[in-house]
Amino acid sequence: MEMHAQTLTELAAGLEKGDFTSLELTQALLDRIAAHNDKLNAFITVTADEALAAATRADTARSKGGGGVLNGLPIIHKDIFCTRGIKTTCGSKMLDNFISPYDATVVERLADAGAVVLGKANMDEFAMGSSNETSYFGPVRNPWNLECSPGGSSGGSSASVAARFAPAATGTDTGGSIRQPAALTGTVGIKPTYGRVSRYGMIAFASSLDQAGVITRSSEDAARLLGVMAGFDERDSTSIDQPVPDYLAGIAHSIKGLRVGIVREHFDAGLEEETGKKVKEAIAVLKALGATTVEVSLPNLNLSVPTYYVVAPAECSSNLSRFDGVRFGYRAENAEDLLDLYCRSRGEGFGDEVKRRIMTGTYVLSAGYYDAYYLKAQRVRKLIADDFRKAFAEVDVIAGPTAPSPAFKLGDKVDDPIQMYLNDIYTIGANLAGLPAMSVPCGFVDKLPVGLHLVGAHFDEETLLRCAHQYQQETDWHTACPEAFK
Amino acid sequence: MSLDKVKLQHIAMLARLKLTDEEYAESVEKLSKIVDFVDQLSQADTTGVTPMAHPLDAVQRLRPDVVTEVDDRDRYQENAAAVSAGLYLVPKVLE
Amino acid sequence: MSVAGWEVVIGLEIHTQLATKSKIFSGSSTAYGSEPNTQANLVDLGYPGVLPVLNKEVVRMATMFALAVNATVARRSVFARKNYFYPDLPKGYQISQLELPIVEHGEMFITDADGNEKRIGITRAHLEEDAGKSIHEGLAEFSGIDLNRAGTPLLEIVSEPDLRSAKEAVAYMKKIHTLVRYLGISDGNMQEGSFRCDANVSVRPIGQEKLGTRAELKNLNSFRFIEKAINLEVERQIELIEDGGQVVQETRLYDSDKDETRSMRSKEEANDYRYFPDPDLLPIEISDEFIEAVRKTMPELPAAKQTRFVDEYGLKVDDAGILTSSRPLADYFELVAAASDSTAQLAANWVIGDLAGALNRDGLDIGDSKISAAELAGLVNRIHDNTISGKIAKQVFEAMWDGQGSAAEIIEAKGLTQITDNSALEFVVDKVIAENPGQVAEYRAGKDKLIGFFVGKVMQETKGQANPGQVNQILIDKLKA
Repeated sequence: MEMHAQTLTELAAGLEKGDFTSLELTQALLDRIAAHNDKLNAFITVTADEALAAATRADTARSKGGGGVLNGLPIIHKDIFCTRGIKTTCGSKMLDNFISPYDATVVERLADAGAVVLGKANMDEFAMGSSNETSYFGPVRNPWNLECSPGGSSGGSSASVAARFAPAATGTDTGGSIRQPAALTGTVGIKPTYGRVSRYGMIAFASSLDQAGVITRSSEDAARLLGVMAGFDERDSTSIDQPVPDYLAGIAHSIKGLRVGIVREHFDAGLEEETGKKVKEAIAVLKALGATTVEVSLPNLNLSVPTYYVVAPAECSSNLSRFDGVRFGYRAENAEDLLDLYCRSRGEGFGDEVKRRIMTGTYVLSAGYYDAYYLKAQRVRKLIADDFRKAFAEVDVIAGPTAPSPAFKLGDKVDDPIQMYLNDIYTIGANLAGLPAMSVPCGFVDKLPVGLHLVGAHFDEETLLRCAHQYQQETDWHTACPEAFK
Repeated sequence: MSLDKVKLQHIAMLARLKLTDEEYAESVEKLSKIVDFVDQLSQADTTGVTPMAHPLDAVQRLRPDVVTEVDDRDRYQENAAAVSAGLYLVPKVLE
Repeated sequence: MSVAGWEVVIGLEIHTQLATKSKIFSGSSTAYGSEPNTQANLVDLGYPGVLPVLNKEVVRMATMFALAVNATVARRSVFARKNYFYPDLPKGYQISQLELPIVEHGEMFITDADGNEKRIGITRAHLEEDAGKSIHEGLAEFSGIDLNRAGTPLLEIVSEPDLRSAKEAVAYMKKIHTLVRYLGISDGNMQEGSFRCDANVSVRPIGQEKLGTRAELKNLNSFRFIEKAINLEVERQIELIEDGGQVVQETRLYDSDKDETRSMRSKEEANDYRYFPDPDLLPIEISDEFIEAVRKTMPELPAAKQTRFVDEYGLKVDDAGILTSSRPLADYFELVAAASDSTAQLAANWVIGDLAGALNRDGLDIGDSKISAAELAGLVNRIHDNTISGKIAKQVFEAMWDGQGSAAEIIEAKGLTQITDNSALEFVVDKVIAENPGQVAEYRAGKDKLIGFFVGKVMQETKGQANPGQVNQILIDKLKA
């Protein structure tokens, strides 16, 4: 099998056996990116020189019997993670000139384990979007159909993995930004429990919702990477000091007796029929593997999107205040005075969707509206979290659709923010409640991939990964490759 | 329209965003839609529900009072557009 | 205009910089006076992606303060973001506490104009981060931003509107100032901005219950300015109301150069801070065990120390008050008292008198005194054992201050030992009586006050070395004879 077609796990074995070196592998993938990225626009920055140097170091380490658990394995970082000495744009004109002076914890941990970074993936601006169309660097295209969106905001990551530019990419998920793009590109995406992976160095969108994760082609690969990324970080106050289980060991176990929750409200209107069918077929596979299904209810599901669109903009409006043209980032020229410097640097440096969210957030926090919107949303958030808590008293995992439909055409929803927001209806709840969740490919509708969404209890990524891995032992949706990228 | 241009101008000022007339026109429409959409929340009965600011029921960890940082000003200031004598420059601030 | 008929109502918000080594949310140094931006790390600069982690020491210090003012330590308190744009505020928000502050319901006692003890309520004290500094001079059309101070921990102490005059406000602030330095939680350095306050000032006709509209005075960084600014503001408000005007709620800046307060309303107009709980920080929880552990480390507080000084040393209440106004001064006094054979009051007189005068003259703190407590005790002991008189002692003190040696060495070198030999003194007294027959006659005619004149003459003759008590007695004996 050609190197690019292999999973992270397969490549690790190949490197170990000496079938190829990391330098050969890295060069091959860089060549592939150079040849095909134009079709997808998946990268903001390709770090070829740094990647080749890292690959050489990894090969040297291996020859001396050393190297970390990811030694020499190529990955891509979403351009939301700060990378020392390398441009970190967050998909924005605001940071087009920003060279991070430090590494995010995620970047540091993966580098310490020997991973080789091929580049920085395109994304929706400041992770605000579900289609990758809000990127200052242009939309990413879906490898399964170049007219379609690869989802967002981790669209560059999902497209890259689907197109076999790399076996894995990091992503971040505030309302579905790992899982929805994974579903739309036929890849695996996991968002761990809030607090499981450090947020240090990950440019904040909505601090109480953001969580880093990975996009891969198999859940085994996801387990391998997550084990390296996860764990306590003293630089993040919201990082939780809990032991990280051996995910790779955990996935091998059977799911016999696993209680799978089926959410009554998931199959209401809004879910496209064919997508719903694929999801039900996937659940049938889980049953065949010995799982039992239990019907559960998330009565406030329909309020999760409006809740999210108060909480996330509120936090983002504050998080993005630091971009003022003074210490870093875009600065408007010839400012008349301080106010002009602020208003124009921000007005010119941010794109439409980001400005819209900042204004929404400013509005819901402003005097006279705080109680009606922000505080109300915090209360509804509690109701939603309680719904999940009740459900997890009865089940081990909740299964349903990741997105209401397969990939949509670029431009289709860009003019209607509400339609765009509703794309995240199934994923947002996990962010509001801080739960781990993942998307696994479970079939195709009109030659476009569909994702099965799994949500777990707090800090129980293990069950999710095991469930997904066992499912992937029975199915081969995840091995399908878009025709143009074989 | 739940929002008008005057209201929006006030919000844009609070958020320090300069918008063009075109952007204002579009924003009034789109933000009104968003506000109407989130207005659904008012239907929820949240009597006696404690607002949830954070997904986990955890408490703040405390750091020992130790100076861990060394001066790296020059590197940090490479990202700044205007610096003089170690100071970040902004148009003159009148108090 | 007259203040008569009006009641002044003042509440203070005191910003106390906590004396930690590192900042409240980062590992940068808090040392004062470094080159611009050399103590501003990624967190202080508000770089993309960085996060705050709370310094344990600030929690301990706030707890100490709470215990010292009889306040409640919140078992759970929460940080909130106060959102506004300003160049010295790098993140575009200040991390502060709004709804759930760490300290609530405290009190402080001051002495009012009638000499009575008065309770001033402390509504709350909350933790927050300081902002940086803007520099306006020498940069042409620019202002320069120095973020070294950004992220320095502050405890903002908010009083109830219980203060009724500028003098009371100053007395209260001085008490807090003394307290925070006693506790070691702040250096209280007002020049460096470690201790500053905003004052909420309003007036109402005497007898009216409803509070008048208040103005907030900002930028008060010396006790003198506070008194002046409040008095100016009170005058302004009364004049305004008496002229038929109305006080508007606003922020006013005190300008010490022009000695006026002026409105900052233009800046205020658009303010809407949009406070909300900071999602990067979790609630602070403080356990009973933690509070008890802090309680065990509490030093003796000023009021208790003052009482003890009166009881234990027999000092005058006022003197005890002065000596306990700072912990190093009180410690110094106790060392002098312990090493002297005299009454503690004599030791106190020297500490409060000549020593304080010399320190003040040279602009030194007690910690930098050129005369150690043991050395001062040596001087006091020479007075006590009649080696020298109090007057000669002043001379010796100055020589000690100049570094000429210990009291004993100086007395020896300069031959200043007091003359206590009766026959030698009688010889001089006889001489003085013989030389001043007119005054002798007047004295004998009943002008007793002239005794001072004779003592002075004897002291002159002996270059001050005679024992004044002894001289007095010999004179009386001889003149009455």
